[in-house]
Amino acid sequence: MDLNLTPTELAFRDQLRSWLDANVPADWEKRRAEDEMAARFEFLRDWQKKVFQAGWAGIAWPKEFGGRGASLMEQVIFTEEMARAGAPPLANVLGLMLIGPTIIAFGTDAQKKRFLPSILSADEIWCQGFSEPNAGSDLANVRTEAKLDGDHYIVNGQKVWTSYGWAADWCALLTRSDPNSAKHKGLSYILVDMKSPGVEVRPLRQLTGESEFCELFFRDVRVPAANVLGQVGDGWNVALGTLMHERATLGAGMQVTFKRQFDRLVELSHATKRNGHTAAEDPVMRQKLAQSFIEIEIMRLNQMRAITRINQKGVPGPEGSIQKIFWTELNQRFQQIAAELLGPYVQLTKGSHAIDEGGWAYSFLRARGNTIEAGTSEIQRNIVGHFVLGLPKSY
Amino acid sequence: MQFGLTETQTTLKNTVRKFLGAECPLAEVRKQMETETAFDAPLWHKIAEQGWTGIIFPDEYGGFGMGMVEMAATLEEMGRALLPGPFSSTVLLAGSLLDAAASDSQKQKYLGAISRGEAKGTVALLEDSASWSPDAVQMKASGLTLTGRKMFVPDAAVADFILVAARLDGDLAIFLVPKNARGLRITNLPAMDATRKLYEVTFDNVAAELVAQGSHARKALDRALDIATVGLVAEMTGGMQRLLEITVEYAKTRKQFGRAIGEFQAVQHQCADMLVYTESSRSAAYYAAYAIQEGIPEARLAVSVAKAYASDAYREVGNRAIQVHGGMGFTWENDVHLFYRRAKASEVAYGDANFHRERVARLVVDAPQKQENPQGVLAANARE
Repeated sequence: MDLNLTPTELAFRDQLRSWLDANVPADWEKRRAEDEMAARFEFLRDWQKKVFQAGWAGIAWPKEFGGRGASLMEQVIFTEEMARAGAPPLANVLGLMLIGPTIIAFGTDAQKKRFLPSILSADEIWCQGFSEPNAGSDLANVRTEAKLDGDHYIVNGQKVWTSYGWAADWCALLTRSDPNSAKHKGLSYILVDMKSPGVEVRPLRQLTGESEFCELFFRDVRVPAANVLGQVGDGWNVALGTLMHERATLGAGMQVTFKRQFDRLVELSHATKRNGHTAAEDPVMRQKLAQSFIEIEIMRLNQMRAITRINQKGVPGPEGSIQKIFWTELNQRFQQIAAELLGPYVQLTKGSHAIDEGGWAYSFLRARGNTIEAGTSEIQRNIVGHFVLGLPKSY
Repeated sequence: MQFGLTETQTTLKNTVRKFLGAECPLAEVRKQMETETAFDAPLWHKIAEQGWTGIIFPDEYGGFGMGMVEMAATLEEMGRALLPGPFSSTVLLAGSLLDAAASDSQKQKYLGAISRGEAKGTVALLEDSASWSPDAVQMKASGLTLTGRKMFVPDAAVADFILVAARLDGDLAIFLVPKNARGLRITNLPAMDATRKLYEVTFDNVAAELVAQGSHARKALDRALDIATVGLVAEMTGGMQRLLEITVEYAKTRKQFGRAIGEFQAVQHQCADMLVYTESSRSAAYYAAYAIQEGIPEARLAVSVAKAYASDAYREVGNRAIQVHGGMGFTWENDVHLFYRRAKASEVAYGDANFHRERVARLVVDAPQKQENPQGVLAANARE
C-alpha cells in the first residue's frame, strides 16, 4: 500500500489549487440560494467558459480533442479540488462527463469536429434522453421511435427525468430504430438538436421545489441520419459506454462535499443548545456525529480502493455499485442527523433565521433523490447480487 | 497511489489461507472449542514454524520484522478460518505490549519466546467495571506485589505469563506474572464464543516483575491496544468474508418455489448488503494498519473508525447470514452461529462501537482541526 501522490500529481494539484484559489467566484454559495434558475445557469455557463479558457475543462479528454489527457488520478484530484474550493459545478456537466467521452469513443471525425469544441466551451449545452415513463430501472424497454425516412429519422416519443433539459441545445437520445426489436437490440443513439420543430420541453417540478429536470416530448421530429452515434441498432452498447464513464470519479468529489458539510455541522454543534448543554456535548448527538464521520471516512477509503482497481483493470466494474449504495444511504442518514441537530430551524428554507441560507433544508430533501437517480439502490443491489456475487439474475 | 496488497503481501495471505484450510477446517475448530482451553499444541507449533508468532517483531527478538499490513492480511485469514486459541492474545496483545514497553533483557526473554513459539502470553486489563480505557484501571500494586481481580482475560489458562495493568503509586504500570506464581487463581468464564476462552484472574499477594510505569506504560498500552484492535478488525473482516461466502453458496443451492432462493431479490439484497459491510470493513482495517505502520498522526482515529464500523458490521453480516439460512441457520449443526458468536465477542473486545464513536467524537467534535483544507480521498494522505 502506498497512499501518497507522485511528484507529478502533487504539482498538478498545486497548480490547480492556486488557479481555483484565484478564480472561484466568492459569491457562489449565496447565489445558489437566491438566484432564479435561469440566471444561475448563465452564471454557471460563464464559470465553465472561464475554466475552459484556463485549460481545465474536459481534463480527461485526449489532447487532440481539446482536453488535457489527464490520468485517472488527476481526474480524481480535479474533482476533489473543485469540491474543496467550493467551486460551482460546470454548466455542461453531462456533455463533459458523459456525452463528450461517448462521442470521442464512437463518433465519426465529422461528429467530433462538429460537437466537441462547443461542449468544452459551454456554447452548446447537452442533456441525455434515456429514461422514459415505462423505461426507468428497466432502461432497455425504451420505446421512443426513430423511423428512417430518406436521409432523416422521424422521432416520436417521450423522455422523462431529463436533467438540464430546459437549458439544453442538444440531446443524446436513446431510441428504438427497429420497431420489431425488443430490449437491448434495435436501439440507436441519436444526437438531436433541441431547437428542431416538434421538440417540446416541460419542466418537471421536483420534491425540492426546483425544476432541475424535465419531460421531453418528440412529435415527428426530423433528425439527419448522420446524427446517429455509432452503429444503427447498436445504441445499447453506445449508451452503456456512457454509463460506464458515469461516476468513475464522482465519488471523490462527493466525499469532499460531505466532509465540508460535516465540518460545518460540527461548527454548528458547538453553537446549538440541546438538553441544557451544547449539541457537541450531548452524548446522543456525539454518537451520531461520530457515526457520520466514520461513514464519510469509510466512503473515502472505499473510493481509494475503487480507484486503485480501475487503475489496475482499466475500466470501472460492477463494484461501482457498492460505492453508489454506500454513499447515497450514508448521505440520507447524515442529512437526518444534521436535521436532528438543527432542530426546528432545519425547516426554514430562506430568510434571516434560516441556517446557512436554508442549505440544510435543501440537502435533507435532495438526499432522497440519491437512492433513485443513476440507478436505484434496488437496481444497484441486483447488480451486486448478480454480477459481483454470482447469484442468479433476479429480473 | 495504490490501496491494495502488494504481490508479496498477497502471497503471504494466500499462504495463510492455504495453511489454515488444511490445518484448521471448521471441523477442527468445532473440536477445539469443545476442549477446556481451545488450544492445540501441535497446531500452535506449526503456526510458529511459519514464523507468524513473530510476524511484527524485530528479528533481534526472533521476529519476522514484517509490517502492520502483512499482519492484517494474516489476521484476516485467521478470522476467515475462525482460528481458535491464543494467537491474538499472545502475539498482538502480550507481544505488542512487550515490544512497546519492556526492557531489552525482558524482550530477549519473553518477546523472544513468543516469537519462537515457545511461550504464550496474555494481557489482564479489564476489571469489574469492564472498561477498555486504561484510565479505568484501579487494581493497586504494593511494591512488586499484586492483589485484586481482573476480568475477561483472554486465554489466561494457557498463557505462560500474564501482563497486568495496575496502579503503582497512582501511576499506571505494567507487571509481568508467570503462570505458576503463588496466589494466582484462574477461573474460566463460560462465554458465547467457545473458540476463545475468557477468564477471571485473581491475585492474592502475587509477586510480579515490573515492565513499565507512568507515561511510558500508558503509551505502550495504547499502542498495543491499537495494534491488537487493527488485528481484530482484520479478523472480523475475514469472518464477514467467510459468512458471505457460506451464505451466497447456500442461496445458490437451496431451492424453494422451484428455484434457488438467491434468485429472489429479498434474499439477493441481503447478500449485497453483506458484501457492502465486508468491503467497507476491509477498507477501514487496512487503512488503519497502514496508518499505524506509517506513523500517520490520525492513526488512532483510523483505528477507532475501523473498530466502530466493524463492530456493527460483523454482527449485522451475521444477522443476515442467519436469516438467509432460515431454519438451518438456527441449528447448532450449521456453522454460521460459530461466526456469529465470534462476532459478538469481537464486537465487545477492545471497546465496542459506542466506545470508539466516543473516541472519534473527542477527536473530531471536541477538537476539530481548523477546516480550511478538508481531507479529500487523496489529500489526507499526501506527504508534501
